[in-house]
Amino acid sequence: MYAFRYQTASSAADAASRLAAHEDAKLLAGGQTMIASMKLRLASPSDLIDLAGAADLRGITVDARGVTLGAMSRHAEVARSAEVQKALPVLAKLAGGIGDRMVRNMGTMGGSVANNDPAADYPAAVLGLNATVTTTTRSIAADDFFLGMYETALQPGEIITSISFPIPKRAAYMKFKNPASRYAMVGVLVAQLADGSVRVAVTGAGPVVFRVAAMEKALEASFTPAAVASIKVPADGLNADIHAQADYRAHLITVMAKRAVEAALA
Amino acid sequence: MATPYIGVPVQRREDLRFLTGAGNYTDDLTLPGQTHAVFVRSPHAHARIRSVKTAAAARAPGVVGIFTGEDVAAARINGLPCGWLIHGTDGQPMKEPAHPILAQGKVRHAGDPVAVVIAESLAQARDAAERVEVDYDLLPSVVDSVEALKPGAPLVHDDVAANRCYTWAIGDKAATDAAFASAAHVTTLEFQNNRLIPNPIEPRAVNATYSRADDSYTLHVSNQNPHVERLLMCAFVLGLPEHKVRVVAPDVGGGFGSKIYLYAEDVVLTWASKKVNRPIKWTAERSESFLTDAHGRDHHTRAQLALDRDGRFLALRVDTKANMGAYLSTFASAVPTILYATLLAGQYATPHIHCEVTAVFTNTAPVDAYRGAGRPEATYVVERIVEAAAREMKIDPAALRRRNFIRSFPYQTPVALLYDTGDYEATLDRAIEMADVAGFPARRAEAARRGKLRGLGYACYIEACGIAPSSVAGSLGARAGLFEAGEVRVHPTGKVTVFTGSHAHGQGHETTFAQVVADRLGISMDDVEIVHGDTSKVLFGMGTYGSRSLAVGGTAIVKALDKVVAKGRKIAAHLLEAAESDIEFADGQFRVAGTDRSKAFAEIALTAYVPHNFPHDKLEPGLNENAFYDPSNFTFPAGTYVCEVEVDPETGIVRIERFVAVDDFGNIINPMIVEGQVHGGLVQGLGQAMNECGIYDSGSGQLTTGTFLDYCMPRADDMPSFQVDTRSTPCTHNPLGVKGCGEAGAIGSPPALMNAITDALGVADFAMPATPQRVWATLQQAQRKQAA
Ligand SMILES: Cc1cc2nc3c(=O)[nH]c(=O)nc-3n(C[C@H](O)[C@H](O)[C@H](O)COP(=O)(O)OP(=O)(O)OC[C@H]3O[C@@H](n4cnc5c(N)ncnc54)[C@H](O)[C@@H]3O)c2cc1C
Repeated sequence: MYAFRYQTASSAADAASRLAAHEDAKLLAGGQTMIASMKLRLASPSDLIDLAGAADLRGITVDARGVTLGAMSRHAEVARSAEVQKALPVLAKLAGGIGDRMVRNMGTMGGSVANNDPAADYPAAVLGLNATVTTTTRSIAADDFFLGMYETALQPGEIITSISFPIPKRAAYMKFKNPASRYAMVGVLVAQLADGSVRVAVTGAGPVVFRVAAMEKALEASFTPAAVASIKVPADGLNADIHAQADYRAHLITVMAKRAVEAALA
Repeated sequence: MATPYIGVPVQRREDLRFLTGAGNYTDDLTLPGQTHAVFVRSPHAHARIRSVKTAAAARAPGVVGIFTGEDVAAARINGLPCGWLIHGTDGQPMKEPAHPILAQGKVRHAGDPVAVVIAESLAQARDAAERVEVDYDLLPSVVDSVEALKPGAPLVHDDVAANRCYTWAIGDKAATDAAFASAAHVTTLEFQNNRLIPNPIEPRAVNATYSRADDSYTLHVSNQNPHVERLLMCAFVLGLPEHKVRVVAPDVGGGFGSKIYLYAEDVVLTWASKKVNRPIKWTAERSESFLTDAHGRDHHTRAQLALDRDGRFLALRVDTKANMGAYLSTFASAVPTILYATLLAGQYATPHIHCEVTAVFTNTAPVDAYRGAGRPEATYVVERIVEAAAREMKIDPAALRRRNFIRSFPYQTPVALLYDTGDYEATLDRAIEMADVAGFPARRAEAARRGKLRGLGYACYIEACGIAPSSVAGSLGARAGLFEAGEVRVHPTGKVTVFTGSHAHGQGHETTFAQVVADRLGISMDDVEIVHGDTSKVLFGMGTYGSRSLAVGGTAIVKALDKVVAKGRKIAAHLLEAAESDIEFADGQFRVAGTDRSKAFAEIALTAYVPHNFPHDKLEPGLNENAFYDPSNFTFPAGTYVCEVEVDPETGIVRIERFVAVDDFGNIINPMIVEGQVHGGLVQGLGQAMNECGIYDSGSGQLTTGTFLDYCMPRADDMPSFQVDTRSTPCTHNPLGVKGCGEAGAIGSPPALMNAITDALGVADFAMPATPQRVWATLQQAQRKQAA
């Protein structure tokens, strides 16, 4: 780690102005990615602006339209929230399956979504549930948010304040964990939204979370496991590493999608 | 009178301090004037060093000293020695290229140390280390032992042709060939024993300090054998007088073999501590551990088993290429030879065995002993090929094993070892019963109905522990004997401090050894302290590895206890005015035989230090004895493991549904500690078979699995609840009748799991680790084959 100045922000606006004041300033949410990359000397911010004290970035609200989570919602808070468990169980379960206890107690939704790790879980929820990302300057639709590996629509200085998830008719997330890191090697979130449309969002398999149109179409016609069981996703462009070659990941997308549909119907 | 302690599951007395943060590890120690070291390491697998520029780094804030390979060469510091000299089939000694403590001329693996930067703070040392400029000329690298032997492969050491360290063999080749010629059936298999990266919780750590007052050095180091560390460093590398060097290995957070060895960092810091006249501390970062701790296993093997029509084993033929890494680590040459090929008889009366081993240098971290060391590799070969032969010949795998078991002892194997005792039938029977093998077909059918593949596999392992009878070790190339030392110091109040050359780093010696001492002396365990890990306190020690602590170190203590009791009788005879030959010792009392006249142990102890009218020609004051014990043979723990798995063919996920381990460890001092050792060993072995694999990129020579994101350690939820039991045939040649239990789990479990998986998948050949991707790909291949 290199030396840096530590600052605390009292609100989202305060964080934004502090961020603007230094070219090499960075936000600190749960630190589960940030601190590790600083320790490895891969990141060297001049200033670290801690969002933990920004009250307007916290809180979980549930109403008829959906569930809105403050950016600083810790994974553990989301996982054990009785309201989320009731209104959007798929999200509580997804958050409860991230990392380990320590990671869940520190890591935040905003940090995870802003970081956009190709193997992270939350991006599948944001895209699969057609959520809206609210920032200090605007609202961004899920389909426009995740641009590429570690790349999002966020502009320099823009801070995620909350994310709103509409309540689907049914949804489930199936995660095939990387045996070593336990991140998603392939994670598939299947949701039948309130208007009957279906979303299938895949994380871990490609450079960035993506939707599988063929599966969505098939499930809109018939929301059954059989509808996706034989839909193959091309292996081209999928991630390949020592844990999974691209063809294996492609195969797992189909298996996880099928199992997610089964779970959503259960 | 104290209760008997042997065979009692006494709780581990050391755990309170470990679990409450009261342990004292090397990194916990901060000395006055403490400085910190950071090593500049090669980012390349193989390169020539053109220059190392340190001027800019030396100007960085807080820098106290910087040393490079040139400084080391100028100081005439030797390379690190290898403790075991192997002679090849050509009669030549193995190739022992120099292993400099800081690279000279060339770097040979990613992580090879090039320079050390010492500064007031760790952060300053890091900053300065970034300013050391090393100019490299990149060379092509080779990471695989088979590739390294091919003509034209890059040479790791310019003067070692074909990267061959040695080719060594054991057994009668002609007799083996003849037996194959007459065989009714031959099973052939190729194996890879995957490279493992040890990863103890506590990384390696060193704190070295020099005293100008008496020109002495003190080295605190996370190490499994401080006396050997001191001996090697003083006598072979630095040329320091041994009595001026103290090595302390305080609480050590796991070793698994990786902390047996003398490492470059230990020597560099000891030497440099005088140069800078300040204590210097270095604690490996986890990434450094991955790159520079000695790795384990990494064998390529081709094996053939010849059988007659009835399934009787006629001969076994084995050819192994063992990856040594870039340099020979302390025990490296012994692992794939003495600790491996001598175990190839397993539990079977195979009349002829021949094994040839070629040890190969590559551009990877050195490979050395890792929990089991050679014996897991041997057991893997034997137990996989026996199971494969059974399936090929359509004989029940347990029946085939039974047909070939050794049944009369002592038994001389064709590969040097003399088994003293054992009862392989007993462990197999009990394991079959506990695993409910009879119910397996029904469970398999039920799983099939759910679309799952169920498989069952055995492993009947044997290992040679209690390393090592010096006569055998010496004849096989050991450059030192492998005895152990113990000292029993009885204090005037009858309390006892025991000094042992064994080292505890998780095994529970402070409990087990205290049980032995309290039991033998008939005193309370609370009155016994076990001290280890400090060359200034313990008279000598060969350290802990090879499941030797109780069998060898414990026996040394028992021998010292015998001397204490013998002297106690003399004192009792004097006090009770009886003949020494009439004094009996039992339950803590010295008694005149056949009378009620007796003296308690504590009274004798007090008398020893407050003597009155001792006959000085026959009896000295004091009660303090030491002993050295050199075993007459290895011990031979053995057992049967049965594993049952369920495979999800859709995803390739393997679940271990049942795991039964029945071991014969001889007599057992503390069954709870033994069970813990078995559990730990099983997780380590199953981790190897299921998850772990050290992978180097064949192009760049970089370690692909350099973090826990990619190197897959086993987790609790990967494991089933183990069912363990023991059957005992006491060791015949040590007074405790013990054999050792530390490595068994890691030795027997990989083949049991892999036999279960190959049974489930219906394939003969499948290599570790059984990751989901590899299981799935194997099933795909089998399907394609079937379709074609
Ligand atoms: C051992 C381990 C296991 C893990 N396993 C998983 C897993 O299984 N699945 C998974 O999905 N994740 C996993 N993670 C990641 C974890 O979920 C964290 O959520 C993630 O690292 C980022 O969240 P954070 O709150 O820690 O963010 P930080 O590390 O603090 O920040 C990450 C980045 O986001 C930026 N940032 C933070 N908050 C905001 C904001 N509100 N607006 C804009 N930018 C912001 C920061 O500046 C930084 O660049 C794991 C992490 C660890 C250490």
